[in-house]
Amino acid sequence: MQPNSSQKLKIVTLVSVGKHPQSGRVRRADQDSRAVELGLRLSADQADGLVVLHAGDPNEPSLRSYAGMGLTAINVLQLDPAADAVAPLGEQLHQSGADIVLTGVRAESGEGSGMLPYQLAEKLGWSIVPRVADIVSVKEGVAEVLQALPRGQRRAVKVRLPFIASIDTAAPMARQSAFGPAQRAAMTVTVVNAETDTLRQSWHEAVAKKRPKRLKVIKAKTAAERFKAATAKSQSEGGRIMKQESAGEQAQAILDLLVEEGVLR
Amino acid sequence: MSSHDLLDIVRRDPRAEWIARNRLHPLHGTLVDDDAAEVRGPSGLLRKYPHRVGFIGPNGIKRIDRLKGNAAASGKGRRSAAQEVQLPLHRVENPDFYIVVVADMVGGRLTGHDKDVLGQAHKLAAGIEGAGAVLTVGFGSAKEEHFDTAGVDRLLVLDDDIYEGYCPEQRLAALLQVENEYQPRHWLFPDSVNGGTDLGSRLAARLHERPAVQAWQVDHQTAVCRGAGGTMDITRETPRLLMLAEECADQIDETRHEALPVTLTPVSVISQLQDQGPVAVDPNAVALAEAEFILSAGNGIHDWDQFHAAAAVLGATEGASRVAVDDGFMPRFRQVGATGTWVTARVYLAVGISGAIQHMQGIGQCDKVIAINTDAGCDMVKRASLSAIGDSEEILGELIKRVQAFRAQPSIEGDQDAA
Ligand SMILES: Cc1cc2nc3c(=O)[nH]c(=O)nc-3n(C[C@H](O)[C@H](O)[C@H](O)COP(=O)(O)OP(=O)(O)OC[C@H]3O[C@@H](n4cnc5c(N)ncnc54)[C@H](O)[C@@H]3O)c2cc1C
Repeated sequence: MQPNSSQKLKIVTLVSVGKHPQSGRVRRADQDSRAVELGLRLSADQADGLVVLHAGDPNEPSLRSYAGMGLTAINVLQLDPAADAVAPLGEQLHQSGADIVLTGVRAESGEGSGMLPYQLAEKLGWSIVPRVADIVSVKEGVAEVLQALPRGQRRAVKVRLPFIASIDTAAPMARQSAFGPAQRAAMTVTVVNAETDTLRQSWHEAVAKKRPKRLKVIKAKTAAERFKAATAKSQSEGGRIMKQESAGEQAQAILDLLVEEGVLR
Repeated sequence: MSSHDLLDIVRRDPRAEWIARNRLHPLHGTLVDDDAAEVRGPSGLLRKYPHRVGFIGPNGIKRIDRLKGNAAASGKGRRSAAQEVQLPLHRVENPDFYIVVVADMVGGRLTGHDKDVLGQAHKLAAGIEGAGAVLTVGFGSAKEEHFDTAGVDRLLVLDDDIYEGYCPEQRLAALLQVENEYQPRHWLFPDSVNGGTDLGSRLAARLHERPAVQAWQVDHQTAVCRGAGGTMDITRETPRLLMLAEECADQIDETRHEALPVTLTPVSVISQLQDQGPVAVDPNAVALAEAEFILSAGNGIHDWDQFHAAAAVLGATEGASRVAVDDGFMPRFRQVGATGTWVTARVYLAVGISGAIQHMQGIGQCDKVIAINTDAGCDMVKRASLSAIGDSEEILGELIKRVQAFRAQPSIEGDQDAA
């Protein structure tokens, strides 16, 4: 996290309204607040380096909990709740000329499809790096970022500025939100007009039903087969057994299998 | 008792009746008509003659076959019987439309999630008029051997060097080429962290489609998907591009498919993203449940320093059986099994673990199990794809040496393999 300070980086974090997964209460979204945290760290040595942008209702209380992380202001594009936020956000980013745009991977409220960063990238013609855990350095217009992979792995990717990064839950935890600064932060409101998301109005939304668990269906024709399926112990599936070989040969066979599976890095 | 019925005086032959009643009489067979197909009683009920069921076995004992002939193969061994089953071939000669499934193919094999999506593809194809073919696109070299039984009608494997590593822009260009050449009716992606979501989102943004994400109940008209962080169900018209949740549909298991290879005009793009390769992470910092490669120790480990050294050299996360934990050699959070952690490793190397059922439950999801054990008959060896029978200390020692030698010359991997 040592950005080159010779050039001033313009970092924009997009935030949305979060929803607690258990209580359903409105909160700052987990990934978005991590994106704010990363933005604050990247612009630590610059006054007002980080711009936090929200499209929606400026009176939304959860915005204050982002502000409580130490922001002086939050920019809000005020628009109709049924409107599509992609176009005005793209416009705003295009005009302000950001270097790095940070978002969450998927929103905790609304459609939550995770398409917004991709649509913005497509609109602006920028690169997108999904599931970022950290931005290691920014040098001469090229950023080195760490991507979070499944199974706790990381991958280093180099990307040219400007780019959009969606921040994974593997990124550093967001700092606490303080009440006083949260109340003092300014809400800079810009009223914009946006097209209504007509497609979404034809959708039917309901509280999520519990998904039925997949049953293990046993397609057996006779009682004996069903009995066997229900009671069978694991039996040899034709694995290779090396009994006579020397320890060296056995170790080599194990090594070959590990290499073939690609787990030996 | 056969030809008397024409006479009005019924003449009985007590001797014949007696022989007929006596199943052990040598002439019994001549008097009793064995192959009378069906005997109906006076009220029309089907009568079964219990003594006629079954046959006399080789040692003179009567045998009744209640398996209806299904046990016949048991003498030849289970494996040969399992291989005989030839599923019916599902053939699509001239497809009216294509449904494209872009598979994750983690480690070159179809994942369970990929197979769910393939099942969904066939479900969708069945709902649409005309004959549809499921075209599966996979990137990187494929090790999968069972594309046919997973439901792949047409197969496109792009294994050029340019598709290796993280290259979403290159892969997107290939998918756009598929779009041009095949005009698929639907695009299906597994909604997974293994790349399916990323590619699907990129393609959707490029094609200006509004995808259904985390879709879990889909037919050709409506799709139900999870929204708002999994707390809402959105019911909508089925879009052209879908990213499907796990277990969205049943996997294909009753048919075989052609898996005909198809080709694609090569494309290449200048990539903005440069893959710098994986970054070393401390394998023991990775949660046991998530680890990809586990080296697990049991009661058969005697030199614990060597075991830890082996884990470090292999870059494997350490695991343990309950005995190793109870004896104080490993911390409790390393225990694998019913009362420990259920692991999902792709490769599980079990050293000196007998394979008690409580332990096996924990490794049920592992792909490849390798066993090192002195006992060739233990359950772990039965489960393993590769078993080395011998002393753990000796084999681990050799393994450490060979891995170190392998690491020393990473550039000439091919030569190392042959050595
Ligand atoms: C309620 C309950 C819950 C349990 N939960 C768990 C659980 O979550 N996880 C778990 O692991 N167990 C669990 N157990 C214990 C389980 O039943 C077994 O006792 C345990 O898994 C056995 O561990 P092991 O295979 O390491 O030891 P052993 O059964 O003693 O096996 C040792 C193996 O090492 C081999 N060996 C010995 N010397 C060498 C050598 N020099 N080189 C190579 N191989 C050698 C032997 O051939 C043998 O196969 C549970 C038991 C109960 C009752």
